[in-house]
Amino acid sequence: MKNLLRPAISLFVLLSIVTGVFYPLLVTGVARLAFPAAASGSLIVMDGKPIGSELIGQNFTEPKYFWGRPSATAPQPYNAAASSGSNLGPLNPALAAAVKTRIEALRAADPGNPRPVPIDLVTASASGLDPHISPAAADYQAERVARSRQIDPQAVRQLIAQHSEGPDLGVFGEPRVHVLRLNLALDAIKR
Amino acid sequence: MNNHAWLLLGLFMTVLLLLVRPLGIYISRVMMMERRQTLVSGFEDAVFRVCGVQRDEDMGWLKYALAVLLFNALGLLALYALQRLQLWLPLNPQEMANVSADSSFNTAVSFVTNTNWQGYGGESTMGYLVQMLGLTVQNFLSAATGIVVVTAFIRGFARHSAAGIGNAWADLFRATTWILLPLSLVFALFLASQGVIQNFAAYQDVTTLQVTNYETPRLGTDGQALKDENGNPVTEPASTPIQTLAMGPVASQEAIKMLGTNGGGFFNANSAHPFENPTPLTNFVQMLSIFLIPGALCIAFGCIVGDERQGWTLFAAMALLFVTFAIAAIGFEQQGNPLLAKVGDADTVSMTTTALTDGNMEGKETRFGIADSALFAAITTAASCGAVNAMHDSFTPLGGAVPLVLMQLGEVVFGGVGSGLYGMLIFAVLAVFIAGLMIGRTPEYLGKKIEAHEMKMTSIAILATPLLVLVGTAIAVMTEAGRTGIANPGAHGFSEILYALSSAANNNGSAFAGLSANTPFYNGLLAVAMWFGRFGVIIPVLAMAGSLAGKKRIFVTAGTLPTHGPLFVTLLIGVVLLVGLLNYVPALALGPMVEHLVLWSAH
Repeated sequence: MKNLLRPAISLFVLLSIVTGVFYPLLVTGVARLAFPAAASGSLIVMDGKPIGSELIGQNFTEPKYFWGRPSATAPQPYNAAASSGSNLGPLNPALAAAVKTRIEALRAADPGNPRPVPIDLVTASASGLDPHISPAAADYQAERVARSRQIDPQAVRQLIAQHSEGPDLGVFGEPRVHVLRLNLALDAIKR
Repeated sequence: MNNHAWLLLGLFMTVLLLLVRPLGIYISRVMMMERRQTLVSGFEDAVFRVCGVQRDEDMGWLKYALAVLLFNALGLLALYALQRLQLWLPLNPQEMANVSADSSFNTAVSFVTNTNWQGYGGESTMGYLVQMLGLTVQNFLSAATGIVVVTAFIRGFARHSAAGIGNAWADLFRATTWILLPLSLVFALFLASQGVIQNFAAYQDVTTLQVTNYETPRLGTDGQALKDENGNPVTEPASTPIQTLAMGPVASQEAIKMLGTNGGGFFNANSAHPFENPTPLTNFVQMLSIFLIPGALCIAFGCIVGDERQGWTLFAAMALLFVTFAIAAIGFEQQGNPLLAKVGDADTVSMTTTALTDGNMEGKETRFGIADSALFAAITTAASCGAVNAMHDSFTPLGGAVPLVLMQLGEVVFGGVGSGLYGMLIFAVLAVFIAGLMIGRTPEYLGKKIEAHEMKMTSIAILATPLLVLVGTAIAVMTEAGRTGIANPGAHGFSEILYALSSAANNNGSAFAGLSANTPFYNGLLAVAMWFGRFGVIIPVLAMAGSLAGKKRIFVTAGTLPTHGPLFVTLLIGVVLLVGLLNYVPALALGPMVEHLVLWSAH
């Protein structure tokens, strides 16, 4: 046993320092030099103030903004210091109840809209921080946003198109619309 | 399965096939490094001299096993201590409190055993020092442990009339330094280039476009949440214009988390969190990196035993099983949840108009949609990774049964780094034994006679995990402490417990995360399952390696059952499924199967 102890301890300490100190520091150093914006959170800065991250969604409930995916983080939605999904099972009555409440909120904000609600607009995302919605979910909300801002719906649809992207390299993932970027663009329109 | 899903799966398997052979050959050369006067061996000599390692010592299996156990025990102690003391240590800008004793113990066992089950939420529990010097280190060392154990096992087949199975210290050093570290470095920088964060800053406050209004629990004078007479929490309205973004050295940990089939996320939402897995492209590369080393090890095995076909045979069996389960998972998730289509008035929720994102979107990210999420779920549970990019608890009953069954097969469909291959080799030994019985010949595998001692060790290794899973589940459902953790009512609640024990004992680490597992009961029970699920297999495997290495090689004759080719692949798949299904069908019938019938009959 004694002749195992020395190699065990010294190898453990050595490999801990290499993989737990040198390696993360090296990655940090190179990332800071080569990809400074990405390494520090892809922040969106306006007038010198950070107003969000390119990658993290925000909570929107006002009719003039596009709404994102429902978020199950606690205590507030889109809490980026405590990511979480709902973990509701498919048969859990709480899931159907939550979906019902969300449909009612969407209908109340846009009473004249007869179209079916896209599923991603009423189901919670996995992280609670999803920055995207499907193109269908954006299109569903376009009339409401245009009306509450008193602008041409066609202009809103153009903005949706500008902030949409297809699958990565044409194959990976889904087409999607960036909610925060779209809402920032709406706020930037001169009234 | 739509076209997108077929294309994705096809592309995934193609790229994987292209990568495993070169990496497999490289791994076999690293692990079989004989004494050569090169720059590398000069460097190694210096390290080994400082560490007191006799590099030419050939260890017997018992000494090799003791060395591996001792090395892992040190990791356990260090990780436990770091969590218990983190408040007083540097690099903790959020001043995270010291972690409780039971949670620290559970997490230490979890990361040392390559399970990476997480009872805690990463960004709200662990400071940066624990994340890098504690968790990242064990991500490396537990994966290295898997590689060295399978290397020793392969040596058992490759050597003959030998006393030893290699040098544990040299193997551990080489697996970490020449295999895991360079791959992680490249992968971490790729992730950082795509938006995965890597810094040591305090959490970043940003001012959001819209003020967030929400309900927060009202606290009594004792700091506990108040409850009304019905036991419901009392809430009060609150609002905030601030969003706090969690920060940290994520990319470096994310890389080894996937490559080492560890799966413990920096953040609570794991690979669903946009800072861990920002784009569908990073998602694809993360999926590849899970299977990369387990797949390449099959080829390395073939190279070392001197017959590459043997490696490809195991690879083919794994790939066929995997593709079948992946297609099932994607299909079930694309069916969606029929209950949501009829909430409120008729046709309120569109299940078909959004062609690409229809299906079961609860607990999934928009950028990944159904196919990229369900495929990830199949990969992460076929391998014993356990990272998730969607919440498995919210999967459809059968969509969620796929990850569950893949774990219960014993994590041999690619499986963990090293552990997947030694698990599959155990099944291969069982397969030749059964075939030998059927044709009335002494079973042999790769020129080694399989005798009573090998079959005893095989039986222990195969029976250890089902025993832990089923007894553990029984204990949890029979005790109050176990049942209070359940989040979802009905059959799904049972599935949550069965999933937790299957994940722990098979060292996967993913969860039906609704289960409140950060309690002394679950922290203890799952730690026991993880520890014995890991070393209850490693020790018999090493014992077998020792006895195999000592045997004489018998030569191939006309009567030798070939262990390559389609016939053996079929036999192997049959044995894996038979053992897996026989053990678990009754339990599966009580969970996902009941739930599936209820869901579609309610519809």
